[in-house]
Amino acid sequence: MNPMIELTSSRANEMVDPALHVWGWEIPSYLFLGGLVAGMMIISGYFLLRGNGTKRDTVTYLLPGLGIAFLSLGMLALFLDLEQKLHVWRFYTTFRATSPMSWGSWILLLVYPAMATQMLLRPPARLAERVPPLAALSKRLRAIPKMESIVAVANIALGTSLGVYTGVLLSTLGARPLWNSALLGPLFLLSGLSAAAAFVHLVARDRDEQVLLARADNAFLGMELAVIGLFLIGLVTSTQAHADAASLLLGGPYTAVFWVFVVGVGLVLPLGIQSLATRHVIQHTPVAPILVLAGGLLLRFVIVYAGQASHWNLI
Amino acid sequence: MPRFGMVIDTRRCVGCMDCVVACKTENEIPEGYCRNWVVQEVRGAFPDLQMEIRSERCNHCDDAACVSACPTGASHREPFGQTVQIDKDLCVGCKACLAACPYDARSIHPDGTADKCTFCMHRVEKGDDPACVAVCPSRALHFGDLDDPTSEVSRLLASRPSHTLMPEAGTKPRIFYLS
Repeated sequence: MNPMIELTSSRANEMVDPALHVWGWEIPSYLFLGGLVAGMMIISGYFLLRGNGTKRDTVTYLLPGLGIAFLSLGMLALFLDLEQKLHVWRFYTTFRATSPMSWGSWILLLVYPAMATQMLLRPPARLAERVPPLAALSKRLRAIPKMESIVAVANIALGTSLGVYTGVLLSTLGARPLWNSALLGPLFLLSGLSAAAAFVHLVARDRDEQVLLARADNAFLGMELAVIGLFLIGLVTSTQAHADAASLLLGGPYTAVFWVFVVGVGLVLPLGIQSLATRHVIQHTPVAPILVLAGGLLLRFVIVYAGQASHWNLI
Repeated sequence: MPRFGMVIDTRRCVGCMDCVVACKTENEIPEGYCRNWVVQEVRGAFPDLQMEIRSERCNHCDDAACVSACPTGASHREPFGQTVQIDKDLCVGCKACLAACPYDARSIHPDGTADKCTFCMHRVEKGDDPACVAVCPSRALHFGDLDDPTSEVSRLLASRPSHTLMPEAGTKPRIFYLS
């Protein structure tokens, strides 16, 4: 008879037993929206640096406004997740250098003015007509030397911080071996960039911007696939606990949803469709960007849920 | 300044759950929750089986992952005894500490804040033992200053082999189990 190890515990705390499940739909939704907004900030900042700001149909000034709306939705999800909502202001009474969540709460506070300033450089015409002080403020901002470059660089830098932070938030929680990889930061940043590129592809009216973003999205999707591969190799070749964590995606309960929907439908299929479209074999369609966005959301759900199911050996 | 810890004699523990009931009573733990619990580990191949019964709780780790993860400073190290405590007024219930603890020693209290073993510091400050230690009928639980070589816990650790839980998690737990 093979030796066995059997554990019986009297503990039955809610959200902790039989398996940890402290974060539900709110956190993956927030991480997706945070990543999407991070990508939008980087793309809009890049367009501003590139000189697209003078184009008639550019998305340069549209993206920050949408970004503020999406980020606010994400922060609402984050707020809904808090168990002691009345204490939410406590995030801003201190700064804890060892806590990525503390870094994140302060980064979020800086992200809003950066996006708002970029939007104000050229506010929507109808809004500027209705609110004259807005037009005056915009004129003043544009009069400041190198303002566009400053705003663009600030958006790129803060967008990168926001995108990486969404991954680092999980990767520093060493108690959950699936998350315990430094590649989660780059993976979530790339996923945010590809989701943002897909979104801009959907909403862009300028043909050059649309085609550029489709091409960029292909590059982001390719890099994301490579990082997912490295992430899994890193786990499988690490300790037994990390290998067990990887097995949740390699034969375990999250295998089908991860490989079929996140990798297959969310990355490989849109990469194929967009590669054909950028080579003019087929027309550009909204199908690929929609799949990328859905895949990005599902990636956060799978990583957050499977990560909570992973643990160090209990013996 | 003392550095409090606990030594648990697994040869003496019979799994009577007195420690669990005492903790719930002393700390008014709501129904359905607990700050300490009993684990029974059986290993081997029949009929050569070994059993270890452990009373488990927050390990008040020297390198506490919950303290590092807390965004508001609610989870902190208390100067007296260097134990890990939660300031309920600062806690936002973000659950980062629950995700950070490899021992799953924390829970969310129905009041919305994180909750865990305090080593009954309200008793210790008055010179008493934590409730679980005080009621243990087989004297399996011992509490004291790990930095004092003359304390009961230090003498017990010097006299017998011991182990901590999940040392590979790197948190330097302060609860030792005598084998």
